[in-house]
Amino acid sequence: MLVINNGRVIDPATNTDRPRDILIDGDKIAEVAEPGRLATVPGRETFDAAGLIVAPGFIDLHAHLREPGQESSETIETGTRAAARGGFTAVCSMPNTKPVNDNASVTRFVLDRAKATGAVHVWPIGAASVGSQGQAISEIAGMKDAGIVAVSDDGKPIATAKLARQVMDYCRSLDLPVIEHAEDVSLAVGAVMREGVTSTRLGLRGMPAAAEAVCVARDVQLAELTGARLHVAHLSAKASLEQVRSAKSRGLRVTCEVTPHHFTLIDEDVSYDSRFKMNPPLGAREDRAALLEGLADGTVDAIATDHAPHEPALKDVEFDRAPFGILGFETALGLALEQLVHAGRLPLGRMIELFTRGPARILGIERKIAAGQPADLTVFSIDRAWTYRVEDSPSKSRNSPFDGKQFRGGPVATIVAGRVVYRTN
Amino acid sequence: MKVFGTLLESPVGKLTYRFRDLLALEPLTADELGFLLDQSKPFQEIQKHPLKKLATLRGKTVALAFFENSTRTRISFGTAAARLGADTMNLQAEASSIKKGETLLDTAFNLNAMKPDCLVMRHSASGAADYVARHLDIPVVNAGDGTHEHPSQGLLDALTIRDRLGTIENLNVTILGDLLHSRVARSNIHLLGKFGCRFTLCGPSIWVPRELEKIAPGVPIRCVYKMEEALEDAHVVLMLRVQTERLDDPPLSANDYILLYQLNAERLKRAHRDAIVLHPGPINRGIEITPEVADGGQSCVLEQVTNGVAVRMAILYLVIAGASEGGAHPALEANPSRSEESGHKKTKESANAGD
Repeated sequence: MLVINNGRVIDPATNTDRPRDILIDGDKIAEVAEPGRLATVPGRETFDAAGLIVAPGFIDLHAHLREPGQESSETIETGTRAAARGGFTAVCSMPNTKPVNDNASVTRFVLDRAKATGAVHVWPIGAASVGSQGQAISEIAGMKDAGIVAVSDDGKPIATAKLARQVMDYCRSLDLPVIEHAEDVSLAVGAVMREGVTSTRLGLRGMPAAAEAVCVARDVQLAELTGARLHVAHLSAKASLEQVRSAKSRGLRVTCEVTPHHFTLIDEDVSYDSRFKMNPPLGAREDRAALLEGLADGTVDAIATDHAPHEPALKDVEFDRAPFGILGFETALGLALEQLVHAGRLPLGRMIELFTRGPARILGIERKIAAGQPADLTVFSIDRAWTYRVEDSPSKSRNSPFDGKQFRGGPVATIVAGRVVYRTN
Repeated sequence: MKVFGTLLESPVGKLTYRFRDLLALEPLTADELGFLLDQSKPFQEIQKHPLKKLATLRGKTVALAFFENSTRTRISFGTAAARLGADTMNLQAEASSIKKGETLLDTAFNLNAMKPDCLVMRHSASGAADYVARHLDIPVVNAGDGTHEHPSQGLLDALTIRDRLGTIENLNVTILGDLLHSRVARSNIHLLGKFGCRFTLCGPSIWVPRELEKIAPGVPIRCVYKMEEALEDAHVVLMLRVQTERLDDPPLSANDYILLYQLNAERLKRAHRDAIVLHPGPINRGIEITPEVADGGQSCVLEQVTNGVAVRMAILYLVIAGASEGGAHPALEANPSRSEESGHKKTKESANAGD
């Protein structure tokens, strides 16, 4: 039995923010109590969380673990170890592997590998269409049976409005969220960054913010038509956010996530360094401002990393040729603290909600720090100074624009199913 | 990013810069750009000489790596290297291993392993020269990267303007055509903009996005969509080649383009009486420009080509020899046959004769 004692427990799900000790028995939380009492029982191991925050385990709705098929960039083992270092206790793995996770056998493979090698929970997301090709709807019920938590053709949008409607209709009956990579691809042909003054100056082909917003508009209409739960992935544009805000005000079941890089960086930060190339691309200054506002006012439901490892041989090339995506797990909390909490934009509790209760609700589950709940906990500091060194990452890839960045506050320990899977020294 | 080093002192004709690469004109100051133009001047004289070959870079090797089709720029750099006495190695896209899947960086490393003293490269990806320069220990000269910059073209255009109009300061410059995809336009804006020039950009709106007005902070740039308005009071009219392969991508036909944007003698009358017309070539006669204008007295097309060799001699000389040596401009020795034997001498009087 393990006691996490002396910590400041913050749990938005139970509206808690007070000193509490937590007793863990096996993979469950056994008791939550006033500080002092639980640790005095002999034979109990203790984790001294004095000066630290203890939160429900962070959930990342959006990650690419690359297994099966692209193990030279990441595996479930290396990816989940990086996730653990980032304070995540569960990550949702996107289906754009090789082969695509579009049927129950692939789903089971992912779950088996996660069970055998994963440091944190892996919750697979199934492809909406066969091979994510946008032609035929995939075997969603079979995948749900095997354990998927949502569907998405991430990496690209569900190709047509017709198919998106079918998928939403079907997922409504299966009670699964549909996660959309919102992009009108015809407006983004050949584009490598956001269209604007910077893309024009650099001579890099840009995609307009409208490429995302046009697709969000389509999907919100279809969510209204079908009653489906629509979740907009990695939302990056002010115009898209306004549509989500308006959909919410109309009572539609529409949610969205924002990545740390989109609320931290803007298109003006792009040069020819491919570590700044991701899709959706970094937005304009006013987009970032709108995202920060949406994170504060509740329009944004979750922070998700879009952790997208690419091995150096693929990523370290000309900007035009480099694949989209950057690492995300290990810098997410540090960036959120810096941009949201230390900058005074959000209370700490709201930031924690964006990593915990927010994503849980999108998946239709409830996670809280209470007796009988899974013992998934994230312990972090809000003031410890540290420097992110990508060469120390357990990830197989190195594509982070935040290498060498100094942070104030970050993960200290990650507890998954009662086991301490990561702890700083 | 190492683009250009520190300015030590700047009497004309002396080698006063320590710069390693020439990747873009945007980061250079007016002084640095003026210095490059001044350095080109004596090399212009060499082009008129019956014996054009200097020994300045004898024993040096210039690697020319053209990953994208090019005729005049490649030949111009090759000629510039030859007239400086350097040897060249040539890589052309068709003959290279890029089609066999080798990465750009591996190709660059392989060329570098043959120990050239400088790499001149053209590539279809914006930022490609910058990317290679970050990984190589020899000077890299950007001979055009995607739709970003074409520094030597910007310099030769400025040299041509200065020769014809006597100055590159405070001019009205009109640039016509596909601005969005033009590296020539960007280099011209970044160079001439530092000398107080005002720009009017004109073409179909999809090729002339308003964002262009902000690419060079402090430089007056306006986008207009009527050619007659764009030409009003222009001192310099810079034509861009219509890349016919792109004409089916933007929503207008070749005939509409001609109707709206072709430079003909009638339209040119709206420009300043002494206006000059530049075109980086190759010209699509009868599309963006009529033959009478292309061949007329206001056209500088062939001078641009001649000046291109001089500018590229200056660039190669500065990146290869400039970093390590001081002294007189090699072309001021002015006797190519003699300098074959003796190399360049350093004399005080020639040091100030560059302008």
